[in-house]
Amino acid sequence: MTVPVQDLLAILPELIVIGTACLILALDPILAASKKDLLAWLTLGALAICLGLTTSHMTGRASAFSGMVVIDSYAAFWKLLLYIVTGLTVLLSLAYLKAERLSIGEYYGFILLSLAGMMVMVSGADLLTIYLGTELMSLSLYVMAGLKRTEARSLEASAKYFVLGAFSSGVLLYGISLLFGLAGSTRLSVISDAIATQGTGNPILSLALVLLTVGFGFKLAVVPFHMWTPDVYQGAPTSVTAFMAVASKAASFGAFLRVFVEGLGGASADWSVLFTVICLATLALGNLVAIVQTNIKRMLAYSSIAHAGYALIGVVVAGGSGSEGTSTGFASVLLYIAIYSFMTLGAFALVGMLRKEGQESDQIEEYAGLAKREPLAAFFMLVFLVSLAGIPPTAGFIGKFYIFMAAVNAGMAWLAVIAVIFAAISAFYYLRVVMVMYMREADGSSASHSRLETSPALSLVLACALAGVVLLGLFPNSLWSLASQAAPFLK
Amino acid sequence: MTSFPWLSLIIFLPLVGAIFCLLVKAESARWLALGITVADFLLSLPLWWLFDSSTADMQFVERASWISSPPVQYSLGLDGISFPLLLLTTFLMPFCVTVSWTAIEKRVQLFMSMLLVMETAMLGVFVALDFVLFYVFWEAMLIPMYLLIGVWGGPNRLYAAIKFFLYTLAGSLLLLVAILALYFHGGQTFDIIALSRETYSASLQTLLFLAFFAAFAVKVPMFPFHTWLPDAHVEAPTAGSVILASVLLKMGTYGFLRFTLPMLPDATVTFTKPMIALSIIAIIYGAYMALAQTDIKKLIAYSSVSHMGFVTLGIFVLNIQGIEGAVMQMVNHGITTGGLFLCVGIIYERTHSREILDNTGLAGPMPRYALFLMIFALSSLGLPGTNSFVGEFLVLAGTFLWSQFATALAALGVILAAAYILWLMQRVVFGIPAPAHRAHLLDLNARETATLIPLIVLVFLLGIFPNPLLSRMHTSVTHLLAGQKAPAVAVDAQRAPREHAIPAATITVATSPPSSEQAGTR
Repeated sequence: MTVPVQDLLAILPELIVIGTACLILALDPILAASKKDLLAWLTLGALAICLGLTTSHMTGRASAFSGMVVIDSYAAFWKLLLYIVTGLTVLLSLAYLKAERLSIGEYYGFILLSLAGMMVMVSGADLLTIYLGTELMSLSLYVMAGLKRTEARSLEASAKYFVLGAFSSGVLLYGISLLFGLAGSTRLSVISDAIATQGTGNPILSLALVLLTVGFGFKLAVVPFHMWTPDVYQGAPTSVTAFMAVASKAASFGAFLRVFVEGLGGASADWSVLFTVICLATLALGNLVAIVQTNIKRMLAYSSIAHAGYALIGVVVAGGSGSEGTSTGFASVLLYIAIYSFMTLGAFALVGMLRKEGQESDQIEEYAGLAKREPLAAFFMLVFLVSLAGIPPTAGFIGKFYIFMAAVNAGMAWLAVIAVIFAAISAFYYLRVVMVMYMREADGSSASHSRLETSPALSLVLACALAGVVLLGLFPNSLWSLASQAAPFLK
Repeated sequence: MTSFPWLSLIIFLPLVGAIFCLLVKAESARWLALGITVADFLLSLPLWWLFDSSTADMQFVERASWISSPPVQYSLGLDGISFPLLLLTTFLMPFCVTVSWTAIEKRVQLFMSMLLVMETAMLGVFVALDFVLFYVFWEAMLIPMYLLIGVWGGPNRLYAAIKFFLYTLAGSLLLLVAILALYFHGGQTFDIIALSRETYSASLQTLLFLAFFAAFAVKVPMFPFHTWLPDAHVEAPTAGSVILASVLLKMGTYGFLRFTLPMLPDATVTFTKPMIALSIIAIIYGAYMALAQTDIKKLIAYSSVSHMGFVTLGIFVLNIQGIEGAVMQMVNHGITTGGLFLCVGIIYERTHSREILDNTGLAGPMPRYALFLMIFALSSLGLPGTNSFVGEFLVLAGTFLWSQFATALAALGVILAAAYILWLMQRVVFGIPAPAHRAHLLDLNARETATLIPLIVLVFLLGIFPNPLLSRMHTSVTHLLAGQKAPAVAVDAQRAPREHAIPAATITVATSPPSSEQAGTR
């Protein structure tokens, strides 16, 4: 069997990413320990090429491999976002791995393999393609979560993530097999046609819907499938946590929307009810449990759960309305996740690099007096937290603005009202960190206080994240037009 | 009309200053902040003459597209209602800087920077003509104010700061949903003028009224949403208290005037009675609580609740005297209460106590201070000849047209005001000095005198010649009332201009003050 050249050209970015990953794995044993930085720069170079390639694929819709893969602006939107957050993660890792004295060259290889999985996920038009992407992403992440081999917590995170992740993959696969039985194919378009002709009354379809929801629910970390999130986010090396919280969530949203809209759009009346319940539970639990956290990584974990809840509002209203508001609803989800990525990545970057005596300070209490010791770091953290709380003029407000707008447009203002109540609650725990940084004095000698370990790479990460949060807050036009160009390609 | 971007310059000059404040040394930050605030005031001053008081249209309008879909505009403008508040803000900010000159010792750069960010946000609220832009400025205030209270405040500052923040945020988020609902029911625009021209169904108006109420009533604050105010006022540093009392509280009442009345006329009429009832409760309850306080700042905080009750009362009686009185009272309360808080800050720097019992008998050691304090106090209780008299008189006159019973109840607040203020003055100014603090009681220095004198001048200027200000708001208020459809109100609105032809200064002299005033001051 021969593979047509144009199919390979269509997935050129994926091929480059995988090729670079293999190159890194091959180079790693050869390179001297002092030259491992080279691998990071190699990774960034590959990302830059992919960025250029995908930007040129922004319009139209092409499929490859007889419809298993689609290249459209929806996929391009997610891929661009993934390149950017992966690039920032690599820069953060440069600083972080050094501070942690983790000199592991494969790390960058795993990041790229994971990225390749994510790219396949958002480009997949077939359940099996998407499944393969999910597995490639997850398996790489399991390894990366356990990279701090000497720390029990990191190993626990890895093991927990693996067991639960494998379980959820099994559930996802089961759901896929039921859909295959129903439609005779795993192609999303065929499933969509089958639902259109057979109707939605079939209990097998309902079961498949539930199983797919469970499977994706784990990846998205929404309630009640969120249990692994706080432990894994806390235990994993912080650069990996940032990557999981941002890139993995973005890719999962990308694939999730593709499956439920393109494949199961005919049953949207059913799944939008299901997601309304999940959305409300996610908002409530994520925000309420975040209040009592004393570890900032756990707090940010719950915050990321809550943010998935806000994004789900967009999914619910788009699925439930079935009118012309649909594509703005999905566009608001795309916008929200993109904005969420910048602020969460910025916050995790600071968490990873605020250290004392070679250890990460991840207790919120350790941030006492930070505004005095590290005024700039405290200010950056303030901006990220304020944005997470959704207060203007930061990007977080713009994200919530579009989500609420979609909800009110779909006649679901009550959902927006519930969401704003939880947004007010969320301000409490974000501001508690601000309070500790700005209003509490550090006790003890100055040697035992956490400080920011600066490096050019970290400064670049923080500057990009801050620029994202501030500029997207002030000038959201371009991002919104990208998102609203991409969203209509669902269907 | 001029095409010079007055408003943008006025709004964003402080923001530019805020950035530079962070980059310089503490001493330079003080001078820089002072320079910027003074420059901003001077920049806003020409508007007093450029303002055309014969039109109700927005003036100095600037428009640019900000977000293309949905269409959010960067549009600014001034009318007779926002104009006095803009000037009040730019006028007061330099004094917030000077009063903090020595009182703020730690992280001066950040403090001055936050003051300037606050100024930008506050000015933005008053001139925004796009609802989303308004909301952005409205919320952008929360973080700097949170830091002002939380970093430089008193002992219980953490609690006060978070309480202020959460109360205001919860109210404003409901406002956000209401703004979005208006967008879809009001012709897909966020333009405040266009939204005011639309009509909305009665049920929608009721819901929107409640959402607007949540945001604005917390800010005013109206009873029973006032509980954040005493905490925030007491714990905030002096400049923070002045900003809170003089400008922030006005945003709530400004919101009622700018949004609730023009956009939701039917719901406004439906809710008139409960709103007036809440206002009168606030007037009496605030005054009554003020009587019981032993902390000077807390006393003034509760008196603010009472005075702001007059403002909301004036707004919701829906006639020209009431609303002009309300706007007047907003300005007056800003000057008078701002002055009182400045005075408390000055004495706190000397005795480090806000308790009445620690600050008694100041007339002997600090005669100049005592004189200034007395003037502000008398203005606060509405003595004829001072600014507050004009505002309160107009509000009561407006209320009289609506209900004599309500007027009698509201006038009770004036009597109580006289009671708590005079009792306070009796102790603080004329009591026996506490020996412990005798050594610290130095009279006002040049900086402090310079801080208070301009306010004193305004107290009398507005008290004796209120007409230049009233005439600038008159057309806008008439226009605002013309949108109200209730028949009883329409009669008032027609009759009012003729009554208004008598200059208010003549009213002050010619009509004898209400008997309650005389009883109170005796």
